[in-house]
Amino acid sequence: MKTSTKLWIGIMLLIILSPLGLLLPEHFKAGAAWGEWGMDEIRSLVGYIPSGLAKLSELWKAPLPGYTFQGWEEKGLAHTSFTYIISAIVGIALTAAVVWFMGRKLTKKED
Amino acid sequence: MHIPDGYLGPTTCGFFYAVMLPVWAIASRIVKKTLKAKQVPMLAIGAAFSFVIMMFNVPIPGGSTGHATGAVLVAILLGPWAACIAVTVALVIQALLFGDGGITAIGANCFNMAFVEVFAGYYIYKLISLKSAPGSKRRVIAAGIAAYIGINIAALFTGIEFGLQPLLHHNAAGQALYCPYGLNVAVPAMAGEHILIFGWVEAIVTALVVKFLQRQEGGLI
Repeated sequence: MKTSTKLWIGIMLLIILSPLGLLLPEHFKAGAAWGEWGMDEIRSLVGYIPSGLAKLSELWKAPLPGYTFQGWEEKGLAHTSFTYIISAIVGIALTAAVVWFMGRKLTKKED
Repeated sequence: MHIPDGYLGPTTCGFFYAVMLPVWAIASRIVKKTLKAKQVPMLAIGAAFSFVIMMFNVPIPGGSTGHATGAVLVAILLGPWAACIAVTVALVIQALLFGDGGITAIGANCFNMAFVEVFAGYYIYKLISLKSAPGSKRRVIAAGIAAYIGINIAALFTGIEFGLQPLLHHNAAGQALYCPYGLNVAVPAMAGEHILIFGWVEAIVTALVVKFLQRQEGGLI
């Protein structure tokens, strides 16, 4: 088997295991990454929401916020694990495709 | 380490976009000259790996979370300029599609993870591995150390960027407009958790993949 095939299988395994990145923090009661708090968290941390932060945090509505579907956060860990895997597939397929096309374009002379 | 929208003020966001634009331009010019067509699939795999490994949030029990980035690994395998492009694409898609990292902070996040970490890690790897033969144990260890130091330098920069905000932007009442924590809090927090935990995750992941690739293809690394 080619090395690249083995590596893609490895990536697929990581995709399937990716909900661990959701379940382990939940299990060990770990919160957000430092500096990535939501508005409620920041209010409870410093007592107010910095005004610029409140404004800018509304700037962009990602289609799959936090690697989950909008409104699915409350449906429980089985649902969020599922959406996490879907997000991983979508994100990785897109990332690999963009890099592949860029790489092809940049190395075209050699074809 | 993905700074969201709102934590950095406009000055900082603009500054890092201004720094990264020429870096991206140089990267594409150099990659055009040096990357071989047969390396393109590996670059796509590297970007995919970077994307997925960043989804593995590692908890500090009762505290925060963090993750490895895969950035040093891609740099070791394909060079720092190609890695800069691969990690940039992963970070941009994470920001646009998944809201992981802000769109105003893409310049800063790419500076930290796709530039600083990539280049620091690459040159530390080169320095430690020296003239060791492909397949040697020294290269595995060099990769681990480079990954550990690389992500920690990136975390340090991230902490400084957060910590400068209250100095740069505050209102008459002394309230911060963006990140509310100064250097005295942000730098120890970001640096500390990466020195203690997430740096080791990056080191182990990087060394393991290098070891695996050595077994697969003798001359590769």
